[in-house]
Amino acid sequence: MTIRLGGILAGIAITGVLILWSLMPGLFNYASPEKPDYYAFQEENIAPEGGFSFDGAFGTWDYAQLQRGYQVYKEVCSACHSLKFVAFRNLQELGYTEAEVRAEAAQWEVPGIDPKDGSMVKRPGLPTDMFPSPYANEVEARAFNNNALPPDLTLITKARKDGVHYVYSLMQGYNEPDPEDVAKSPDFETPPGLYFNEYFYNINIAMPPQLLDGIVTYSDGTEATEEQMAQDIAAFLTWAGEPSLIKRKQTGWFVIGFLLFATLLGFMSYKTVWASKKAEKKNKAELI
Amino acid sequence: MSFAWANSYEPKNDFTKWLDEKLPLPRLVYNAVGAGYPVPRNLNYMWNFGVLAGFFLMFQIITGIVLAMHYSANTEVAFGQIEHIMRNVNYGWLLKYAHANGASFFFLVIYLHIFRGFYYSSYKAPREMIWLLGVVIFLLMMATAFMGYVLPWGQMSFWGAKVITGLFGAIPFIGEPLQVWLVGGYAPNNSTLNRFFSLHFLLPFVILGAVILHIWALHIPGSSNPTGVEVKAESDTVPFHPYYTAKDGWFLGLVLSLFAAVVFFAPNALGHAENWIEANPLSTPALIVPEWYFYPFYAILRAFTGDLTIPFTGIVLIEAKLLGVIAMFGSILLWFFLPWLDKSPVRSGSYRPLFRIFFWIFVVDMAALFYLGGAKAEEPYIVLSQIATAWYFLHFLVILPIISQIEVPKALPFSITDAVLGKKEPAAPTAAEPAE
Amino acid sequence: MASTADNAKAEEGAGEGVRRRDWIHIAAVSTAGVGGASVLFPLVSQMAPTADVLAASTTDVDVSAIEPGQSIKGVFRDQPLFVKRMTADEIAEMKATDAGSLRDAETLEDRLGEGNEDILVQLGVCTHLGCVPLGAGEGEDKGEFNGYFCPCHGSHYDAAGRIRKGPAPTNLVVPDFAFTTDTTIRVG
Repeated sequence: MTIRLGGILAGIAITGVLILWSLMPGLFNYASPEKPDYYAFQEENIAPEGGFSFDGAFGTWDYAQLQRGYQVYKEVCSACHSLKFVAFRNLQELGYTEAEVRAEAAQWEVPGIDPKDGSMVKRPGLPTDMFPSPYANEVEARAFNNNALPPDLTLITKARKDGVHYVYSLMQGYNEPDPEDVAKSPDFETPPGLYFNEYFYNINIAMPPQLLDGIVTYSDGTEATEEQMAQDIAAFLTWAGEPSLIKRKQTGWFVIGFLLFATLLGFMSYKTVWASKKAEKKNKAELI
Repeated sequence: MSFAWANSYEPKNDFTKWLDEKLPLPRLVYNAVGAGYPVPRNLNYMWNFGVLAGFFLMFQIITGIVLAMHYSANTEVAFGQIEHIMRNVNYGWLLKYAHANGASFFFLVIYLHIFRGFYYSSYKAPREMIWLLGVVIFLLMMATAFMGYVLPWGQMSFWGAKVITGLFGAIPFIGEPLQVWLVGGYAPNNSTLNRFFSLHFLLPFVILGAVILHIWALHIPGSSNPTGVEVKAESDTVPFHPYYTAKDGWFLGLVLSLFAAVVFFAPNALGHAENWIEANPLSTPALIVPEWYFYPFYAILRAFTGDLTIPFTGIVLIEAKLLGVIAMFGSILLWFFLPWLDKSPVRSGSYRPLFRIFFWIFVVDMAALFYLGGAKAEEPYIVLSQIATAWYFLHFLVILPIISQIEVPKALPFSITDAVLGKKEPAAPTAAEPAE
Repeated sequence: MASTADNAKAEEGAGEGVRRRDWIHIAAVSTAGVGGASVLFPLVSQMAPTADVLAASTTDVDVSAIEPGQSIKGVFRDQPLFVKRMTADEIAEMKATDAGSLRDAETLEDRLGEGNEDILVQLGVCTHLGCVPLGAGEGEDKGEFNGYFCPCHGSHYDAAGRIRKGPAPTNLVVPDFAFTTDTTIRVG
């Protein structure tokens, strides 16, 4: 009884406190501070027509596309963005042979140590090396980029909401601001050194437009339009972020199929075990 | 187990006879989860979640031990080690995703298990001890899950650690030194990561111990059942094996199929994108929220936005920060008093018309708290979470004690067998099928 | 009456002495067993070498700077690798040894490989219990046969790395290697 009485009192006290001291001012304040209108960024990313080859439960990699995406990363993105959790040897998963990977790795310079005097030098990459960062450290990266830090791209498609489509959209988001929206948000401006991009949460991004038509020449002859390159780099970065994606989905079908089969057998077994009890119930019910 | 009609273990060959004399482990298992444990015959599917919770505890322990073989608790490399597991370790991606989503499923089945307890008043005498141990397990689970989420050392890991340890900073006088002591520094650092790893490894075994006590305490009065009427005769029960092993078995298969669908096709759906960004002590993510299973309590924490003052004097009695912390911990700790707050002699919500209405309102309230805990800290979510929080406390502390006094329960069946066989309604026997 | 008889039969079917429809229990339990056993596969294979370890399983060594009689130490699969340019005296002496009389019969040619005159490549791991033998560094104890000496349990190897005395069962291991250029070998 004492506990119940105490409970009731404590309950009234707590809810009273909430209502009187926290809730009421909240109710009065509610809807009072009008948020200033900001130029709204596009929360909904766009997707390429027909989607990506790896979309959906039955998706697969489009190796030609991944190789094109790698070319875009190598020739454009890698100037500023690292890919630090990917090793050159991983490129074999894109369909390159071991010899091609070795040759590819050798084209990159990675930090090394001079075997003679121990000084820090650049040496050609080996398949076991990770992709090198374009900058020695964060300070240098910021110094070269107007105090903005180009993020590592390994996990970018997982580290952003709807990341694959985000990359695809952002690459093509350097449009002119909508004059109507600009009129609605008088404070809107793009500061010098930043670029308008409606898919960036902040509207103004430090990265200049990159994928200008024809900036790379695809070795497979595909026309390097902005849309094409955006699609290819988004695909490549999806692979970089989650190399096990396709294997995971394929394993998943097998595992779920097996589990459902086992569940069905288990259910039949359960029904058999309980048959007598159910029958008893039925019989007794009829007798009554 | 004290039912006179319980099957007793008969060792079949010389070896099991010898073992039964020296260490009667098979007998223990037989009496705990075998044919030697008589269980009410009318349990519905809400009674499956205890066994499922035990399964997920073992699942988390096994995958966790395996992951610990590849992990390094060092802020310099921890984030990269997760990538090492995802990329280089054989089936590492599977183990990592299974462990991360296993925690979610563990909490999912635990919440269903707890709400089963709420509806059927599983906390009432003679089962108070089972309930109390259950609350202890839940608190241990929350601590374990929180520390586990810090280990990948992503942005959410770091800021989660910072915000949650900040709760202790709200305690008057000792708060700040306590927080510094807990973290081992002024912000989460290498010491924090190491101690969290150590405790994250230890606590699951403490949980396992508490689970054993929980099951032990369960076997003294025996399982409750959907009618809330105690077992009276042998016809009220069936042996746990094979009846409930079969039922739990196939249901486990079903839940595992669902689990596999999440692990293999949407492994990041329950996580936060920000945690794939390495921890950066200098940059806070736009929205810091814990994992979904903490949302209701996080909503309660955030509901308190004003200081508790003496009216018209401006004297602050309790600051809003401390108020929120007290309420958050209080919201779970009050479960310890539940057996004594709800004194209705009837257990099952099915026979308590008034209670049932408020139970479902409470379910809606909890659902609202789940939603609000993950929402942005802005209006209208704040005012909604204040209303939902107020109702939460009102439900346990005021509504339950009062309705247990004034309610007129429906007539109870004489026994479980009568309920199962529909003796109360002889005119319409088919309608009496329990919802099984 | 008939229904009671059915009932009794069903009861029996569900009890311990399962006869009727017991195939379904056997099928269900064995399927669960197969499932449980297949879970062991990732749990066991996660302990096998990881992809980055496997990828680092070849090592390139530049042998151009090694003087006769000198050794360099490299690393191959996380273990020490001894690369030695043998002197003319050593080669002559080793060729003169009767391989048949040794514990682990190998000629110098067997150990050097085809087309290789003087570069001896071997793992610096004693075949007894895995210590690193002395003898590759300047001024180290070369043992009684002027080759390598393992200080742990006293195994003596000759200049070609062949076991001559002590507990080691076999000669120092010569890993697979090949000349990729005139001056570079790739081990593994």
